[in-house]
Amino acid sequence: MNRPGKLHLPGWAPLIVLLAVAGMIALVVLPLAMVFVQALGNGVGGLLAPFREPDTWSAIRLTLIVAGISVPLNAIFGLAAAWAVTRFDFAGKSLLMALIDLPFSISPVISGLVWVLLFGAQGFFGAALDAMGIKVIFTVTGLVLATVLITLPFVARELIPLMQEQGAEEEAAAMTLGASGWSTFFRVTLPNVKWALLYGVLLCNARAMGEFGAVSVVSGHIRGLTNTLPLHVEILYNEYDFVGAFAVATLLAGLGLLTLVAKSLLEWRFSGELAATRRH
Amino acid sequence: MAITLTWLSLIVLIPLAALVIKPWELGLDGVWRTLTDDRVVAAFRLSFGAAAIAAAADAVLGLIVAWAIVRYSFPGRRLLDALVDLPFALPTAVAGIALTAIYAPNGPLGALFAQVGIKTAYSPLGVVLALTFIGLPFVVRAVQPVLEEVDREVEEAARTLGATDYQRIVRVVLPAILPAILGGVGLAFARAVGEYGSVIFIAGNLPMVSEIAPLLIIIKLEQFDYAGAAAVGLGMLVISFVALLALNLVQTWLTRRSRG
Amino acid sequence: MTLIVDSVAKAFGRFPALGGVSLEAREGEFLALLGPSGSGKTTLLRILAGLETPDTGAVSFNGEDLLRLSARERRIGMVFQHYALFRHMTVAKNIAFGLSVRPRATRPSKDQVAARVADLLRLVQLEELGDRYPAQLSGGQRQRVALARALAIEPRMLLLDEPFGALDAKVRRELRRWLRKVHDETGVTTIFVTHDQEEALDLADRVAILKDGALVQIGAPQAVYDAPADAFVFDFLGGAVRLPGRVEGGRLTLGDWTSKAPTDAPLGDVQVFFRQDQASLRGPDGEGFNALVTGLVQRGPAVRIDLEGLGQSIELLLPPGEVPDQAAPGRILRVAPKAVTLFGGR
Repeated sequence: MNRPGKLHLPGWAPLIVLLAVAGMIALVVLPLAMVFVQALGNGVGGLLAPFREPDTWSAIRLTLIVAGISVPLNAIFGLAAAWAVTRFDFAGKSLLMALIDLPFSISPVISGLVWVLLFGAQGFFGAALDAMGIKVIFTVTGLVLATVLITLPFVARELIPLMQEQGAEEEAAAMTLGASGWSTFFRVTLPNVKWALLYGVLLCNARAMGEFGAVSVVSGHIRGLTNTLPLHVEILYNEYDFVGAFAVATLLAGLGLLTLVAKSLLEWRFSGELAATRRH
Repeated sequence: MAITLTWLSLIVLIPLAALVIKPWELGLDGVWRTLTDDRVVAAFRLSFGAAAIAAAADAVLGLIVAWAIVRYSFPGRRLLDALVDLPFALPTAVAGIALTAIYAPNGPLGALFAQVGIKTAYSPLGVVLALTFIGLPFVVRAVQPVLEEVDREVEEAARTLGATDYQRIVRVVLPAILPAILGGVGLAFARAVGEYGSVIFIAGNLPMVSEIAPLLIIIKLEQFDYAGAAAVGLGMLVISFVALLALNLVQTWLTRRSRG
Repeated sequence: MTLIVDSVAKAFGRFPALGGVSLEAREGEFLALLGPSGSGKTTLLRILAGLETPDTGAVSFNGEDLLRLSARERRIGMVFQHYALFRHMTVAKNIAFGLSVRPRATRPSKDQVAARVADLLRLVQLEELGDRYPAQLSGGQRQRVALARALAIEPRMLLLDEPFGALDAKVRRELRRWLRKVHDETGVTTIFVTHDQEEALDLADRVAILKDGALVQIGAPQAVYDAPADAFVFDFLGGAVRLPGRVEGGRLTLGDWTSKAPTDAPLGDVQVFFRQDQASLRGPDGEGFNALVTGLVQRGPAVRIDLEGLGQSIELLLPPGEVPDQAAPGRILRVAPKAVTLFGGR
């Protein structure tokens, strides 16, 4: 009885569908198409040109390194946080959950700014680090810190509702059957949440590789050294190498599309094993 | 538990504490002078104004898209559903240069607008467009599940009681999904206020006209005015927080009425 | 006759929900549509409400063709199974909804609406709760609000879909009696759908029994109960025991026991029906067929006896005085049905 009523308004239906499709095309589909159209502005040769530059390759390498460090860190944190929040009762739990979500609601620029305030030349620890010869800002460390802060909530957010829904009964059962804490975790908890974990990691990775504002603040834009792919796009664009900028952007757009497809597949195939909030 | 707290402190709490402490190096009147500087005020007005307009536009377009996806079956419905998340998945810098290419005076839609004398890219309107793009999924994804749950019986009840299609939608369906719309609008607004990557290319970044607040932070950092940058950042946080709190109160009030 | 349903048929895709049902309801009548799930009773109700359109057939009310009117033009009150209250409106707003959506020309004034709402709240005994929201009410209270809301539009007919389905047994019984009282006070022709035979027999003036989209029998509760039209109805009305038997030369054979067959009995293999309390239980040398006692439970005013006989399990409900002393698990007794109904076939 709860099936959505189809076509209640024979007169309105085509109009609403048309509006929705037109709006989505103008606002969402067109930009995506534009990336590829612009990248092919000078033919396939133009598309491939930036990939003959070593700077592009070092940007790709750096992006992979930053994501390769930040994503596992936040996956582990996400699991730990979801475990803490769903398996224990303690004062300040909702405060903790609000803190986990916080990076979503602050500007990426601020997420970069805070690291400069801590470790920049005139930051709180800037002078001390300088004396020890350690540099954070304008280095890979800075990029990783900013990326970790930005992507902190992704995994935890997928796991918390799911683990709340599943409850701790299966784990308790495993314990009564003599399983140790670790083997309970690896043989009961983890298999139960593996698809949601993958889902979270996927979104976390997409954001980590595509992040722009936060890394822009801490990067210093040193070509070939602290330039991630999105920053490289910006540099090419500002140098009026539009075709080059869009050519590099196709790589990132491809990543976005891939994420979208994988995400839809997961939602379609494993909807039962993702949190209820994701089922639609 | 220990991992969670340590990590959260290192990554979130301590850095944010730095943001809260740093501005006061300028003293109270220094912070006040920074925040009331004409250029800062103009940037705040643009960032929050454009975010509010964009969130409102998202409410309308998001409702239409969610309605189409939930209520009607048409070829390509699933594709449309998947594409809703594109603004989430597309890196912001990519979205930024693509939107600029479309709405620049020589772009396909920009040229169209230019013919009727409307400047889209490199103007506040361009900022609104980019922010609408970035906020759309928040509204659609907030409204969609709630719209799916609106009981068919409830709408049928309205019909047997004599309500017209218009009365049924305005008086029965919309009030039921209003809290969800507001929730989505809040998220879209919060994201839009701080958005940088997708806006920076299309804005034109003209001081006092199309310069957004996050850009001002970067400019101040480049001038090594850390405290000033932190003051602007803190100001942004406080204003968004107050705006979201207000929205949240309205939403809770609406929800509580219908949940008992 | 007020309502005339004439050979109404409706299919959903390839699934035929209703296959040409005709029935009539009288002015002020309380009619029950009784049947198992999938019998088409709810579909018929929704067609009357205008929420479904039949493929063929006609529906008229006092001579007016109902099918030409949309749901909102029919002025037929409907109480939904899950009440379908508007959760963002107070109880009073819910009840006033049907009046407030009328076109300006026929819309009553604010005072008139308030007075009507107050009247209805009194009728459904919720005077104090007008300012509450549906979420703050119990199931039974919500049901009464839904009824008041449907009555507010002064419906020419009231439809109820499983009105007590979502309530617990005690509330159910109370509301049943109360609903009958409200019906008698308002005098609105009422049709309700239920799968609970006790509810239908208890409450309705007449009961229409549906099966697989067809009307099997319609009549007063006692008439239907006493003379079921076929095996299905006998079974569905409850408390039935069904046994395989054979009629030959005016004699009915049940296992190792024969007795005189009813005069109009069909010949050959028959299905023998009798009510659980319409049988006698005797010692091994008495009348009846052999059956093994497997269980004995005192249940309220009656004793439930579980037996194995004629290759199947049989459940009887007898007053304690009619249970012989020999009755104990493991013993073989004789069962003799008192009033049997026979239907041809196996």
